[in-house]
Amino acid sequence: MSSMAAAIQCRDLRKTYDGKVEAVRGLNLEIQAGECFGLLGPNGAGKTTTIEILEGLLEPTSGEVFILGHTWRENEREMREWLGISLQETRLSEKLTVRETVELFASFYREPRSSDEVLHELQLTEKADSWVGKLSGGQKQRLAVATALVCNPKILFLDEPTTGLDPQSRRQLWDIIRAFQRKGGTVLLTTHYMDEAERLCDRLAIVDHGQIIAEGSPSDLIERLGGHHVVEFSVTGNSDGAALEAWRKLPSVESAREDDGLVALNVQELHLAIPALLDEVKRQESELLSLTTRQASLEDVFVRLTGRHLREQ
Amino acid sequence: MSIAEPIPPAELKAKPPASPAKRNRRWAGYTHLLMARMKELKREPEVIFWVFVFPLLLAFGLGIAFRNKPADAPPVVIVAGPRAQDAVALLEHSPQPGAFKIQVQDADTALRGFRLGKYDLVIEPDAQGGFQYRYDPARPESTLARAQVDDALQTASGRHDVLETKAVTSSDPGSRYIDFLIPGLLGMNLMNSGMWGIGFALVDMRQRKLLKRFVGTPMRRGDFLLALLSSRLVLMLIEIGLLLTLGVVVFHMKVMGSLFSIVLLGSAGAVAFGGIGLLTASRAQKIESVSGLMNLVMMPMWIFSGVFFSYERFPAMIQPLIKALPLTALNDALRASILEGRPLSHQWPRLLVLILWGGISFVLAVRWFRWT
Repeated sequence: MSSMAAAIQCRDLRKTYDGKVEAVRGLNLEIQAGECFGLLGPNGAGKTTTIEILEGLLEPTSGEVFILGHTWRENEREMREWLGISLQETRLSEKLTVRETVELFASFYREPRSSDEVLHELQLTEKADSWVGKLSGGQKQRLAVATALVCNPKILFLDEPTTGLDPQSRRQLWDIIRAFQRKGGTVLLTTHYMDEAERLCDRLAIVDHGQIIAEGSPSDLIERLGGHHVVEFSVTGNSDGAALEAWRKLPSVESAREDDGLVALNVQELHLAIPALLDEVKRQESELLSLTTRQASLEDVFVRLTGRHLREQ
Repeated sequence: MSIAEPIPPAELKAKPPASPAKRNRRWAGYTHLLMARMKELKREPEVIFWVFVFPLLLAFGLGIAFRNKPADAPPVVIVAGPRAQDAVALLEHSPQPGAFKIQVQDADTALRGFRLGKYDLVIEPDAQGGFQYRYDPARPESTLARAQVDDALQTASGRHDVLETKAVTSSDPGSRYIDFLIPGLLGMNLMNSGMWGIGFALVDMRQRKLLKRFVGTPMRRGDFLLALLSSRLVLMLIEIGLLLTLGVVVFHMKVMGSLFSIVLLGSAGAVAFGGIGLLTASRAQKIESVSGLMNLVMMPMWIFSGVFFSYERFPAMIQPLIKALPLTALNDALRASILEGRPLSHQWPRLLVLILWGGISFVLAVRWFRWT
């Protein structure tokens, strides 16, 4: 294995189910050691299929996967020692205690970490002797991550780690993921929460219909595709395509779209765009009903690229 | 909703002293899987009931219902009249006094009672100084009562038997229904718990995506299956122990064969049904589908394999098929061993049937098995 090998690499990955459903359609990724990389996309975009192929749990229809320079066909057993995995929904045995569960997973690895240490790190020490069935959603999710971390992995795969969790539990998990990364670990996670991707990931790929439609660091993506600011407003009178065209021509406006009865503009410089916007309203002899401005987010990037919201579908 | 207290990042808390890195040995995974399985079973009250309590209740109930009891004295009625008392006197002076429940009633009551099944036989004194029997040849107890009453009346009237005959009664332990039943229940229980214990557990784990999660670790898949099978063998020991103890303590059953051979047969049965359970569950994704499949596989054996009654009653044509069923082989082998003390060396065809079923199912199951 060369020391330069990427932690995770895949080339032209494709997966077709039953010869018709194309879940993944030619996907390329290169994730470096120590990175936290996110696959962001709506449900059904092919994120889970992709991550399970990378984890060696699904056979791709075509394409190549390298984990630290190794392929699943040649070296599966050894590679399993390096990976910590948390699937989208694994229901662990309800009648085992938290400690028994972690120790069971630890027993599969050659050199696992101490279970007590992992439980402490994931703030599960107090629950160590409770049955898994008695845990809250957040605690169950942390236990799932504990079963992944107990093997002392080089790479952590997390499929939708915070879906369905309350804000506090999500933040707790983010802390755990960051701590793992700080110790040199590589993380690949899927999510459909933009705030999660924005705060946690060094780089991310936006996935839609089985393909990557944009890739980069969150700030880079927002800057490139979202505009720095978003101005949303509504006016009296018609708001057809011609009207939209008028807003797009305003200075410093990169793009304009109609969104839920509001007009949304991606804007570079607010101090140029806003006065011009007000002038245009006056020229049209219509009235401004509402106006807000905010920082652009990954959601704006996604909407700009696909014309849909992330949470739709 | 209570306000959760903020939890500081883990790094800021005092860490427990780091324990030295642990190295797992070759069988650590197997041992932990087996222990986890046993703990889960122990904590599941339904499992305790269905695997241990239910068969005991069944054996107990059936043992009581079909216990050997002295035959009831047949109820007979004598039609009231001048010579009714003669008949009563003759019957009471017969060699077996008290062998009948005798009543004297007027003709109408006697006939109505006979029709309703209250009496097995109606005795009417006739004008010639003899008796007339009214009985129903379609009712075995009626036929029997006629023969017994006739015998008693003739003997009491001075008949001498020409031929010397002797009768010996036999209801020794070993030939009673409960003796037949206990090994059969043992076999059936090994089938039920083997099929459900392995098949149900596997599909449940597959449905919960736990199998997929396990496959994502370096766990040896063979170890996983071996641990599941081992947990069956441990339960099998307890099942055999409980049922045999019940038979011996409550029903005074005599165990003729060695405990070793019984345990060995039990293991062969547990392995055979473990293999079949594994095969049945090798691809099913849902509990519902595997339940149907499992019942389909077990149904013929519940009926044909001689659990509750001897399969000799089925037509001779299908006997070879019945004998090829694993539960038939197991039941026959257990009965031969427990009731007759037949050594294992005479049982090899039955052992072979069990081993073939287990082995072939296991190989096919591993080939088709769906882990994800």
